[in-house]
Amino acid sequence: MTEVIDTATAMGRPIRRKEDARLLHGQTNWTDNIQLPGTLHMAILRSPMAHARITNLDVSGALKMPNVVAAFGAAELGELNGSVPCVWPVTDDIVMPAFPALAVDKVRHVGDCIAVVLATDAVHAADALEAIQVDYEPLPAVVSMESAISEGSAFVHDDKGTNTCYVYNLGGGYDEAAAKADVIVKRRFINQRLIPAFMEPRCVVAAPMGMSDEITIWTSTQIPHVLRVLLALVTGIPENNLRVVAPDVGGGFGGKLQCYREEILVTQLARKLGRPVKWTETRSEDMVATHHGRDQIQDIEIAATSEGKMLGLKVTLLANMGAYLQIITPGVPLLGMFMYPGIYKMDAYDFKCTGVFTNTTPTDAYRGAGRPESTYAIERIVDELAAELGMEPMELRKKNWIKHEEFPFTTVAGLTYDTGNYEAATARALELFDYDGLRAEQAERRASGDPVQLGIGISTFTEMCGLAPSRTLGALKYVAGGWEHCTIRLLPTGKVELVTGTSPHGQGHETAWSQIASSILGVPVEDIEVIHSDTGRSPYGMDTYGSRSLAVGGQAIKKAADRLVEKARVIAAHQLECSVEDIEFVNGSFRVKGDPEKAQPLGAVAFEAFTGHNLPPGVEPTLSAEATVDPEDFSYPHGTHLAAMEVDTETGKVKLRKYVCVDDVGVQVNPMIVEGQVHGGLAQGIAQALYEGVIYDEDGNLKTASLADYLLPSAMDLPSFITDTTVTPSTTHPLGTKGVGEAGAIASTPAIMNGIVDALRPLGVNDVTMPAAPMTVWRAIQAAKAGGAA
Amino acid sequence: MIPVAFDYVRPTSIDEAVAALAAGGEDAKVMAGGQSLMPVLRLRLGAPSLIVDCSRIDEMIGIRDSGDAIVIGSATTHHAVMHDSLVNEYVSLLAKATATVADPQIRHRGTMGGSLAHADPAGDLPAVAAALDATFTIAGPGGRRSVGASDFFVDYFTTAVGDDEVLVNVSFPKRAGWGAHYEKFNRTAQAWAIVGVAATVRMDGGRIAEARIGLTNVAPMPVRARSVEAALAGAADIAAVAAAAESAADGTSPTTDIHADAEYRNHLTRVLTRRAVVKAAGW
Ligand SMILES: Cc1cc2nc3c(=O)[nH]c(=O)nc-3n(C[C@H](O)[C@H](O)[C@H](O)COP(=O)(O)OP(=O)(O)OC[C@H]3O[C@@H](n4cnc5c(N)ncnc54)[C@H](O)[C@@H]3O)c2cc1C
Repeated sequence: MTEVIDTATAMGRPIRRKEDARLLHGQTNWTDNIQLPGTLHMAILRSPMAHARITNLDVSGALKMPNVVAAFGAAELGELNGSVPCVWPVTDDIVMPAFPALAVDKVRHVGDCIAVVLATDAVHAADALEAIQVDYEPLPAVVSMESAISEGSAFVHDDKGTNTCYVYNLGGGYDEAAAKADVIVKRRFINQRLIPAFMEPRCVVAAPMGMSDEITIWTSTQIPHVLRVLLALVTGIPENNLRVVAPDVGGGFGGKLQCYREEILVTQLARKLGRPVKWTETRSEDMVATHHGRDQIQDIEIAATSEGKMLGLKVTLLANMGAYLQIITPGVPLLGMFMYPGIYKMDAYDFKCTGVFTNTTPTDAYRGAGRPESTYAIERIVDELAAELGMEPMELRKKNWIKHEEFPFTTVAGLTYDTGNYEAATARALELFDYDGLRAEQAERRASGDPVQLGIGISTFTEMCGLAPSRTLGALKYVAGGWEHCTIRLLPTGKVELVTGTSPHGQGHETAWSQIASSILGVPVEDIEVIHSDTGRSPYGMDTYGSRSLAVGGQAIKKAADRLVEKARVIAAHQLECSVEDIEFVNGSFRVKGDPEKAQPLGAVAFEAFTGHNLPPGVEPTLSAEATVDPEDFSYPHGTHLAAMEVDTETGKVKLRKYVCVDDVGVQVNPMIVEGQVHGGLAQGIAQALYEGVIYDEDGNLKTASLADYLLPSAMDLPSFITDTTVTPSTTHPLGTKGVGEAGAIASTPAIMNGIVDALRPLGVNDVTMPAAPMTVWRAIQAAKAGGAA
Repeated sequence: MIPVAFDYVRPTSIDEAVAALAAGGEDAKVMAGGQSLMPVLRLRLGAPSLIVDCSRIDEMIGIRDSGDAIVIGSATTHHAVMHDSLVNEYVSLLAKATATVADPQIRHRGTMGGSLAHADPAGDLPAVAAALDATFTIAGPGGRRSVGASDFFVDYFTTAVGDDEVLVNVSFPKRAGWGAHYEKFNRTAQAWAIVGVAATVRMDGGRIAEARIGLTNVAPMPVRARSVEAALAGAADIAAVAAAAESAADGTSPTTDIHADAEYRNHLTRVLTRRAVVKAAGW
């Protein structure tokens, strides 16, 4: 069934996603579906301890088990035991410990890899792990960040003699601003550790490809291009001999933005053994070995006048690195650093972040990466300031936010927000929410002492999308650029191949990119094939994360398509025997201005370019164009999110009754995909507020090691979201787009928590730690009753 | 994860099942819906050498009226139980509690008898069986025997069913016209109970004439809130229920886990008992 699409308006239409049929009908290829003859299955022995010396490791028992072909500890692996890379040394004096794929002498978190077994089938590989002998000498586990940096703590890495990874400072001047303030509000927020919990567990297959020296690696990753470079650097395999393919990938949320030790091991062992090697993680492994996200202790201080004018903000963070540094572990808090001031005008901003090592799973990017943490802090503290001043929280926001006529606006953190219209998004959200009606109900419930109290949570957020201008990344010591690439090839039959450097894993790029190209080239959406996520077929790219794919990749598509039209125009002019200036391109056809009968469709030009029989002098056969675009700046989506929270004060149980959000993500290529991204993001952000949270015991054991204990919400736990958008096009992005991948996850968490605190404020509660589990909320109420509120 | 290899048989009669268990020795394990057993095997927390699948034994499946009681085959799925008209009429507490178990997929596979035999302190059905004084029929090498609910639940994950025995069916005395409510307190819709209260009441002239209350996840085994039951006799309003519910946590021995500590569980037990009884009474 083909949907007939008016190509001229393909942009902006909510057309169904091309990729859905194959995904929904089970006709796709996940990495685990790949079955190559002669494959060896790898199983991994992982540390059950958070911190221990390995006093004895003997893998020989495993070799005697049925179907086992090889087994390796660090000693057996020798030189092939590469070190997991970190590409973001945020300061000159950052402490960067070694991170061997297989632990050498010591294990440093539950889940650390100790040994691997390779068998001809996965069952026997798993069985053979039990035949490996390991003796441990337990060492004191460093679990909490505060004790990690206090005097006398054991060290996660003895050779470093410190658990402080780095200290990063920005700003200055807060004290001066605070001195002028009438009111200063301080809070400590705990932005708890989360597990990405994507639906498809990780999987890697590596195979030496026989006819050449090439090793092909299929892996469930967000970053095939970046991974290829990193694997070449780590393994020493020439980059030209590595091909990395990400087949359909079942979610990532940052958790597959990584160069994992398992990817290194599978690649090295395929090379060493000369056979395909495959590893598929179990959910239990995923919980301890896929990187975690968030995990910051945030000390936040805001200074204001008694009229509610914000003067300054001071942010002091402890950021948990976990046991090792992975790809951008140290940089994640810095992605949030610029966003703590949010949408507000103020005079001063001080930021200090201390990265801390602990005997826990390494942290890294998770949906929003730094910005959910900063948005949480600013939106929570603004509500606290409003309470302190006795002001309506929305009024306080309006008083301080950047007005739409003030854009472009350079914030106190040094970013220039190009556009925005907080007034419009807020007005629409208030209307959809029935804000006044709910405030009236809240007053009634307060007056009657209803055991179920109602709270209204506000989050007026902005975020930073479109990673990233390369010069900015360079200034932040990130070792790569932030450009994106697109090649568009017009085939002789008029079909189009669009090669992108982005790497979708659920976002619908095949559809959206087709829509962009369709609207420029006038070719039907279904005639455009989007090629991606394979370094053999799409050699250049910086992949997908940080809501960058449309914001940056979209620009490359536009530029390549425009270039292609220009090349075709020259050929068309030659065919139509007129000058290039006299040709206009309308709806997929080159026409002679003033003589629309004389026309040449793009497809005919493509065929001419293919035969080369009659090309103008100097024009080469074939019709293709490419573009690599470095973004001029970030983009800044924003929005207003409102949550109505019911809190059962007897039990502490919280119910999200109504959720309204109005997001401004700029120009929308496909509003249905935008809505889907918002919904998914909301579910994850709400889950941080209410359900999810990693718990380690004092010995560093993960207490939330399965999905029975680490609670993810299902559709049954969430209401129907009421979503809408306003459109304020970005002025720094040629398509006017901004990015939507993370907005929901960034904005919703503080909206929920502000709603809970708002419900309970008359009882004396002024903060609730996340996740707002019933017992946590109940205890906050009890403490407030006993006069113990902060 | 991948379980340790095991042998598998699927008998079609109770005698065959008992014989298979005897042959398999102490490493043999009964499986019904597998919804609790398979996770144990996959996490390699258990490694039986023989699985005796009892999910296709006709005598263990189905629901019948035996006159005074409704008899439910042990391998009847949660889904079948909650939608059965006899259960809804005479044992509505069971229907209501079963509807809160896990999610539809699991309810289509998991069985009532499996839940009771598994005896997870957080499982929803043991408290119901306790409140309703159910009778358990168990078959073993020595033939069949009947056990009352108060003797069936022995300890944390332990029942009167021996390693060589099979739970055949469970008989629930009919209680037509009783009001019933299962108050389950959990964090996500599909999660296990932090605390659950199973309450059923017989009303007479607007008063509670008789009440039966079972508590989930406040002790290693389901607990009957007998002092609350006694105090409820004659209760005519919510205030009387609230007063009676104050003693709901007496005699419990709740544990502390990541979702709740003992003090909070005791608090919940009191609040939820009040709510469950009020709803069962229709107030
Ligand atoms: C994700 C998830 C969520 C769940 N949530 C809930 C919940 O909220 N509330 C709840 O109550 N339960 C819950 N369960 C458990 C579910 O109800 C199970 O179905 C039930 O506990 C076991 O039933 P089963 O038929 O699957 O038993 P199995 O898993 O087959 O067996 C469980 C145990 O009982 C023994 N056994 C089974 N049948 C017999 C028999 N006839 N005779 C002797 N021994 C027997 C087995 O040997 C085994 O030890 C959940 C399960 C899952 C996987």
